[in-house]
Amino acid sequence: MANELKIRVNEQVRTVTAAPDTPLLYVLSNELNLQGPRFGCGLGQCGSCSVLVNGVEMRSCQTRVSAVEGKSVTTLEGLPAWYAAQKKLAQAPALHPMQQALIDEQAVQCGYCYNGMIVKASELLSKTPQPTEAQIRSAMNGHLCRCGTYPRILKAVQRASQMMKGVAK
Amino acid sequence: MSSRREFLKTGGALVIGFSLRDELLGQQRGTAPGPDLRQIDTWIAIHSDNTATVHIGFCELGQGASTALPQIAAEELDLDMSQVKTVGLDTNVTPNQGGTFSSASVARGGPQIRTAAAEARLALLQLASKRLDSPVDRLTVSKGIVSVRGIPNRSVTYGDLVGGNLFNVPFTGSAPVKPATEYKLVGTPVARRDMPAKVSGKHVYMQHVRVPGMMHARVVRPRGQGAYRDGAKVLNIDESSIRSIAGVRLVRRGDFIGIVAENEWDAVRAAQQLKVTWNLKPTLPGNDRLYDQMRAAETQDRVVLEKGDVAGAIGKAAHMVSLTGRGPYQAHALFGPSCAIADVKTDSALIACTTSDVYSTRTNLARLLEIPVEKVQVQYYEGAGTYGHSCYEDAAQAAAILSQAVGKPVRLQFMRWDEHGWDNYGPAHVGEVRAAADSDGRIVAYEYNGWQHNWAVVETSAQLAFGTQAAERDGGAAQQVSPLNLGSMYDVPNLKLVNHRVPGLGYLKGGWLRSPLDLSFSFASEQAIDELAYRVGMDPYAFRQRNIKDPRWLGVLDAVAKAANWTTRRAASNLSKAKVVTGRGIGVGTHLASYGAAVAEIEVDKETGRIRAKHMYGAIDAGLAVNPGNIENQISGQLVQTVSRMLKEEVTFNKTNVTSLDWNSYPILRFEECPEITPIVVQRLNERSTGAGEEVMAGAAAAIANAFFDATGVRMQEYPFTPSRVLAALKKNGG
Repeated sequence: MANELKIRVNEQVRTVTAAPDTPLLYVLSNELNLQGPRFGCGLGQCGSCSVLVNGVEMRSCQTRVSAVEGKSVTTLEGLPAWYAAQKKLAQAPALHPMQQALIDEQAVQCGYCYNGMIVKASELLSKTPQPTEAQIRSAMNGHLCRCGTYPRILKAVQRASQMMKGVAK
Repeated sequence: MSSRREFLKTGGALVIGFSLRDELLGQQRGTAPGPDLRQIDTWIAIHSDNTATVHIGFCELGQGASTALPQIAAEELDLDMSQVKTVGLDTNVTPNQGGTFSSASVARGGPQIRTAAAEARLALLQLASKRLDSPVDRLTVSKGIVSVRGIPNRSVTYGDLVGGNLFNVPFTGSAPVKPATEYKLVGTPVARRDMPAKVSGKHVYMQHVRVPGMMHARVVRPRGQGAYRDGAKVLNIDESSIRSIAGVRLVRRGDFIGIVAENEWDAVRAAQQLKVTWNLKPTLPGNDRLYDQMRAAETQDRVVLEKGDVAGAIGKAAHMVSLTGRGPYQAHALFGPSCAIADVKTDSALIACTTSDVYSTRTNLARLLEIPVEKVQVQYYEGAGTYGHSCYEDAAQAAAILSQAVGKPVRLQFMRWDEHGWDNYGPAHVGEVRAAADSDGRIVAYEYNGWQHNWAVVETSAQLAFGTQAAERDGGAAQQVSPLNLGSMYDVPNLKLVNHRVPGLGYLKGGWLRSPLDLSFSFASEQAIDELAYRVGMDPYAFRQRNIKDPRWLGVLDAVAKAANWTTRRAASNLSKAKVVTGRGIGVGTHLASYGAAVAEIEVDKETGRIRAKHMYGAIDAGLAVNPGNIENQISGQLVQTVSRMLKEEVTFNKTNVTSLDWNSYPILRFEECPEITPIVVQRLNERSTGAGEEVMAGAAAAIANAFFDATGVRMQEYPFTPSRVLAALKKNGG
């Protein structure tokens, strides 16, 4: 049965109507019209639905909406503000450094995997600001890309790490 | 002068999208069979703000067509990139340039866009000539501002000349185009225009399109297809199994089953929960018997190419190699499963989907729905990169069938197992090569025999819903032994290529998958060439150089060898007893008209059988590279995908059905396994543009196999090189 639930998404409290066992992904897409998280496998295997829950990357296709009550969900759309809050910046940038780095590296084929890649890389860079290549590969290993964009995404993570150096915290 | 708005109305070419939802769902349906290709107005519109809209009939599939084609238009029109817009593909709006496949967007679409833009520019200059009272040949254009040469303040903008109005000029193709020496934009790596929206979540993928009053739907099928001929037959449906989920509707048409619900999660779980008993027939060969059954099939044989006397030349040659290669079915494994929205009314239909060809999809849907084609409108939205004929058409048909049944707009999305399990797989292949060389290392004879079945015609939704008989395509270049990719790059006096068409209805559904069959061709063929080099005692690169005359083949071969710092030595001349050994390999190949060459550096763990691709180099000569940045990206993608396909990808199936249903049962290359990549674009400003989306995969596939030989001294006869297959091959050969 559908219930009214309050969830915090991108620092806004939103009231949604959904059965408590509904995967968060469907709520984000259909109730809140967010376009970052997207259906890839529904099995937690590919990472295209990833979001941050209290700063930790999670698969929204495998996370019941009731499980995020009282927690803070950040989607691709909310990453610049999330980054600004972490770095105590007065204003959120237009793009998270990882988003900008992808553009700078022209790391794109179809872009469908971007959501998961950006969310996961943002999580990594928040915990490990200067990751080694091995750390990047290991952190990103659960995120698939059918187009084979990995080499340029790798470079983009390294570039984002450089861009974040010296940004106030 | 009639207005552009009027033209659009009378042409039935309303520029509508799902963003204008009220119009979409209202009565404003297209009636025209499609925009008139012979009118410049169909291709290009100039707006009063001095910008242009180019109507392009090619899809952005992740390959960068939505950047490269406007680049061509901007170049010819002397506009900045920022002044050129495009619109989404729509049968009522965009010209029918044929489907977006065969790496055709720049190769085939480029010349059309270029000549249309040149003709528009000429028309604009003629208008300016009158306005400025100066002959056309004294006019010059920059950023859409036409001025008289030497008198910059005597000027007028394109926007002032026609803004909002029609050209009313026929498209004859006769206007002169710019010579390549004057290019300012073409040939430069203009940044991808779709990126800012894609990184920020603003880009609207098909999966995100929503329309008012829309229902969500899922299909219910057996997990994994059986033999194409058999489709799937329903024996029994237990409707009580979903009674606990309120508000879901079961739709059945023939053996087609769908669930429709207002709430997406309800549709998802009802489709999973519904108990259906299927009549599954054990008629497939299964992976175990696949190649033997294909090889033993009664085939339809055709000599594709023959010159000289192969048998005679082989008999006299100093060195002869005979080699068999087997390649599996591989899946598109679309990253985001296919999705479509259909709104089918009694006498018209509007379908949004991820098809690579809105026009052929419209034809198919009109037939399926029994609605006149001019009453059917198909719009394209980008999905995940498809790399060929995945389930996009099937999903569009399923959405249409469901919408027709419930009388509402229906959004249908496949689940992961639908997409993996009901794909049109790249067909399996068996290739047998014989090649011979003289004692000087010159190839004197080459023979290739290939076995595979053709591609499916009938989509699963139509097959299940209407009992349409399974059927295969009759012919077509990319479904048979390829004279472009087999032997012909070498200067061989005696050559024979034979195609053995296997009747395919008892196998899996086939379809085109990026560089169709080429990986398998090259896996067999380029290993045979490599083996010849080995027997002759030559370095494999030097051997190929000796046997290639065409400067463009040599161009890519030399470019890739140089990038990889190739040093001369015979293959397998550094064999080691170490647990982990390394090897390098080289290969050439193509799909259609372009030229490709690759080098692979790999590592083989002889104890675990695991292979790691360390570095892949790939070179493409695709003639005029309109956007070399795009092509570099395409090469990178091809190299990574080829590593994935050669090391990991194989559709598994037993006698009744496919068992590759997700990323665990159909693994692809992951981040940690990804090699370093070096893409090389060989720019040929004065050659026509040819495809660049597929042509380095064949050479790369061969390079990996040849690197394996270099590392181990063993020739693989079957891919993917999974650990168990590698260990078996090493054991068999005493490695």
